[in-house]
Amino acid sequence: MVQVEGLGRLLAEHPFFRDMPPDVRDVVVGCCANAHWRPGEFLFQEGGKADHFYLIRQGSVAVELHAPGRSAVVVENIGEGDIIGWSWLVPPFVWTFDARAIDQVRAITIDGACLRSKIDANHELGYHLYKRFIPVMGRRIAEARLRIVDLATDGAD
Amino acid sequence: MDAAILSPVPAVAVDPMVPRPFRIVRRVKEVDGCFTLHLRSLDGRPYAFKPGQFNMLYVFGVGEVAISVSGDCRDLNRLVHTIREVGTVTRAMAQLKVGDTIGVRGPFGNPWPIEPAYGHDVLFVTGTVGLAPLRPLVMEVLNRREHFGKVVVCYGSRGTHDILYETLLHQWRGRFDMQVHVTVHSAPAGYRGRVGSVAGLVKIARFDPEQTVAYVCRSETMTRPAVQALYERGVTADRIYVTLERNMKCGVGFCGHCQMGGSFMCKDGPVYRYDTIEHVFSVREL
Repeated sequence: MVQVEGLGRLLAEHPFFRDMPPDVRDVVVGCCANAHWRPGEFLFQEGGKADHFYLIRQGSVAVELHAPGRSAVVVENIGEGDIIGWSWLVPPFVWTFDARAIDQVRAITIDGACLRSKIDANHELGYHLYKRFIPVMGRRIAEARLRIVDLATDGAD
Repeated sequence: MDAAILSPVPAVAVDPMVPRPFRIVRRVKEVDGCFTLHLRSLDGRPYAFKPGQFNMLYVFGVGEVAISVSGDCRDLNRLVHTIREVGTVTRAMAQLKVGDTIGVRGPFGNPWPIEPAYGHDVLFVTGTVGLAPLRPLVMEVLNRREHFGKVVVCYGSRGTHDILYETLLHQWRGRFDMQVHVTVHSAPAGYRGRVGSVAGLVKIARFDPEQTVAYVCRSETMTRPAVQALYERGVTADRIYVTLERNMKCGVGFCGHCQMGGSFMCKDGPVYRYDTIEHVFSVREL
């Protein structure tokens, strides 16, 4: 119980959930847990079932893409205060990248599978989650496209 | 004192269309496809410029190209240009050696204004070779460090292998009076630096948005998201300076090659305050 109260406070303080109605946030808190990874450990790997997402509290995470016969390529780092993982929202709910701890990482793990089942019955919960995830998804897609343009245009800057 | 240092050297009547001969006294390979030339004038006259200005560099028998000055504006005896190999002239320039001669016309263009940032935080937003035209301004801000609040550099490159002036960035990062944030588009596994966009750096940099003057030197495509990131932090358009690139030829506003709307970029630019050009910035026909 003490841990749930602690997680509720952490979620309430986090920018991603801060302005979420408390009763809706309480539902999310019921799907949360604290987690910790050592440097080099994977939070998740490409092809795995995407049933969680993560709020990074400490440390940073490398989003990687591996290529056979080559070392992995880091395409983005996610740091403290950021959120990582949206594949739990998008069928077929499979990770499309690896996420590896760069250093000691502490995060709140949120059970996306649990939330998915609740969203079907609680559309308001779904609305508040999508409302927060879609801007993050949009921003990261836009940034990725701009980086492609930068590469394709011979780095004119 | 500062003003005196930055004042143009007493004018000698010269035709702006006639290049002055300069000798290459040092050549530095920076990153792949990018090199720096250190030049000294053959006529013995000092060379003065302001940060953000550019020269027309002439490879004899090949052609001319506009390149921003990237050295210290207080060193009147050494002209420094960092150049990326992208076309016929710059590729020919890349073949030049120490002792060779090059023609220089300039300096041309509107410089980065430094005085509007007095009493404010200063933010530099740039990427890849865009750091070269900003370097003289960063140096000058550091020369006048007591006039400014926080000094922040947000720099992005494609990979870990093409970080321009990497040693200098390390030196700047080692100072206690400035922040230097570097990001790359992608990196090998195990890289401990930041991977992501320059806009992401603007998001995390520590400065007071309401008291910040920002200088953005990126390609026009990448300038827009940088400006957007500044807006999201609360920096207004009247405190953002950007630089634009067009096909400059004469350097003095005669030929019209670099015309954008009613502005000649070689003469009225290449540095603009963003609110003065925002209305034409995304007009494709320009």
